[in-house]
Amino acid sequence: MTPTPRALRVLEIVSFLLLCAAVWMVFFYAPLEAVMGAVQKVFYFHVANAWVGMLGFIAAGVSGIIYLRTHDMKWDIVEVAAVEISLVFFFIAIVTGSIWAYPAWNTWWTWDPRLTTAAILELIYIAYMLLRQGIEDPERRARFGAVYALIGGLSVPLTFMSIRLFRTIHPVVVGGANAAAQGGFDMAPKMLHSMFFALAVFTVIFITLFWHRIRIGILAQTVEQLKLKLTQ
Amino acid sequence: MIEVRKLFKRFGLKTILRGLDFHVAQGEFVVLLGPNGAGKTTFLRILASLSRPSMGQVVIAGHTLPAQAAEVRRTLGVVSHLPLLYGDLTAEENLQFYGRMYDLQNLEARLTEVLHLIGLESRRRDLVRTFSRGMQQRLAIGRAVLHDPEVMLFDEPYTGLDQDASAMLDDVLRNVAARGRTVVMTSHDLARAEELGSRFDVLSRGVIAASCSQQELGSSNLLTFYKQALTA
Amino acid sequence: MNRSATRNSSTRAGSFLRAVGAIAWKDLAAELRSRELLSAMLVFALLVILIFNFALELDVKTRATITAGVLWVTFAFAGTLGLNRSMAVEKDRGCLDGLLLAPVDRTAIYFGKVISNLAFMLIVEAIVLPVYSILYNTNLLSLGLIGVILLGSIGYVAVGTLLSSMAVQTRTRDVMLPILLFPVIVPVLVAAVKASSGVLQGLPMDEILPWLNLLVVYDVIFIAIAFMVFDYVVEE
Repeated sequence: MTPTPRALRVLEIVSFLLLCAAVWMVFFYAPLEAVMGAVQKVFYFHVANAWVGMLGFIAAGVSGIIYLRTHDMKWDIVEVAAVEISLVFFFIAIVTGSIWAYPAWNTWWTWDPRLTTAAILELIYIAYMLLRQGIEDPERRARFGAVYALIGGLSVPLTFMSIRLFRTIHPVVVGGANAAAQGGFDMAPKMLHSMFFALAVFTVIFITLFWHRIRIGILAQTVEQLKLKLTQ
Repeated sequence: MIEVRKLFKRFGLKTILRGLDFHVAQGEFVVLLGPNGAGKTTFLRILASLSRPSMGQVVIAGHTLPAQAAEVRRTLGVVSHLPLLYGDLTAEENLQFYGRMYDLQNLEARLTEVLHLIGLESRRRDLVRTFSRGMQQRLAIGRAVLHDPEVMLFDEPYTGLDQDASAMLDDVLRNVAARGRTVVMTSHDLARAEELGSRFDVLSRGVIAASCSQQELGSSNLLTFYKQALTA
Repeated sequence: MNRSATRNSSTRAGSFLRAVGAIAWKDLAAELRSRELLSAMLVFALLVILIFNFALELDVKTRATITAGVLWVTFAFAGTLGLNRSMAVEKDRGCLDGLLLAPVDRTAIYFGKVISNLAFMLIVEAIVLPVYSILYNTNLLSLGLIGVILLGSIGYVAVGTLLSSMAVQTRTRDVMLPILLFPVIVPVLVAAVKASSGVLQGLPMDEILPWLNLLVVYDVIFIAIAFMVFDYVVEE
């Protein structure tokens, strides 16, 4: 087992610094929003986490396909890592979304397309983890995981489209000219900067955690191998 | 007929078969012996094309596994300790189903022939779930010989059979052997094995530890040979 | 050499279709005899409708908007019973091995199972519709509705058969299927409910069409995926 590579150490530090910078931006650079006040600031982290949660989903789907074609266990480790950490990021996104929603819409939750799809996505992640837990054989676990990641991945865009055909009250953030009509809101340039910066920062944090999680997966596998050697 | 070279089979990190070599000429009746957990069933499943080798070459009747699996399956008849029969169908219907799956001509005539061979003609219209274990095993053998395979694989076929059923199975096996079919059978019943087999192999610690033909065994006891092979 | 046992020299497509037909026939014949699966699904479906009667206020006004939803929830839950049972039969007596030993494409097993599962589901739906009509004094026997139910059931069964093949090989078995299936089947449920509702309320075709399109798209995509991926689910 190799010690933490230099690049990863650097990445950790960079992630931490970037996070500090993002927090500073959110609280001091971005202007205070007129209607909602300080609570609105949760929005920057909400969008960032949601974006990153989606990333993991795509990573899982792709790893799944690669695993099925190569049967290389490495890709299974990558896939699990992607799902596990995205599960957490996405959960944070949902919770921060609720925190934002209550003062804005006077409700913790609403069944509009984005939120409903988010809930379903989270459930697919959890179903994936449950599926894996119920299988002893590692090879079968990897195969089934990959298949479900693929099916789940494909269903989500369709789910989103299907619910989108309903009307939405979720703010259409980007490109909402007539904010009031679409339930969206205007964003000052400084706000946009903060949002995109937060997005970038969380992507970096995602990569750091992803890398760590993959290493843990490899370590776990090595431990299993050693355990077997001992018993033989 | 059966050529196995350097066969490895891994389940996760556990290696069950380690570079197993196995050669069977046409018409041989090989009895595979070995302690529980040695990998006999795993090996037979690989030969039956139900499981993929992790590494190594398996060639049956000139066709390579897993690439030419479909061709191999046509030449194989498999009897395991599970009946592989549908309880809610009659004996006749079960054979009809498998006959269709194997794309057989003159199905009706062949059905009657096989039912006669296994002594279940009088019960052909009865539901399989009303059959005793012995009768089910007989029907399972009928299913396996239906398409007249060149190679037959038996995995512990005597398990749970009473005297009559065992005697019937003996007859069928002798019949099959007499017609020049190649047979590989795993068994714990050494007395029967000694009577039927033309060759005895012992699978231990993932390889064929010892092999001897009927002539070589001569007056010696199969049990002695087996014990010797395990301690070697 | 026993000549009478030699194969038909048919084309690959021919033997594929023959295998699919044989598997579907086998399931239907076995079920017709025992009727265990169908009766379980049917009783369950009727119980669900009964529970809905108490859980929701199905008075005449709200009924029109809610009927579609009630029907599809019923079908979705009863459906999992059928899917589970259908696969359990293969797994329990080792019959899946029997199917895998046959010299046919693995996907023939998938399609055979889909056809029999679909048949079971349609039979249950065909009985539930008139019963619901009688119990709640609404006319559900319209061609449009039947069409929507057919499209929705196809999507449900296509994904359900694939996932039940996986679920049956896990430790938790029956419980696993709904957990895996329901999040993924949402587009079918949403589109089917909206389309059914539209048909029942006599909405114009262009309002119902997007939902039908979604159903068709879903069906096509997932049947194609299942076709490509089924091998990995049954082969070791």
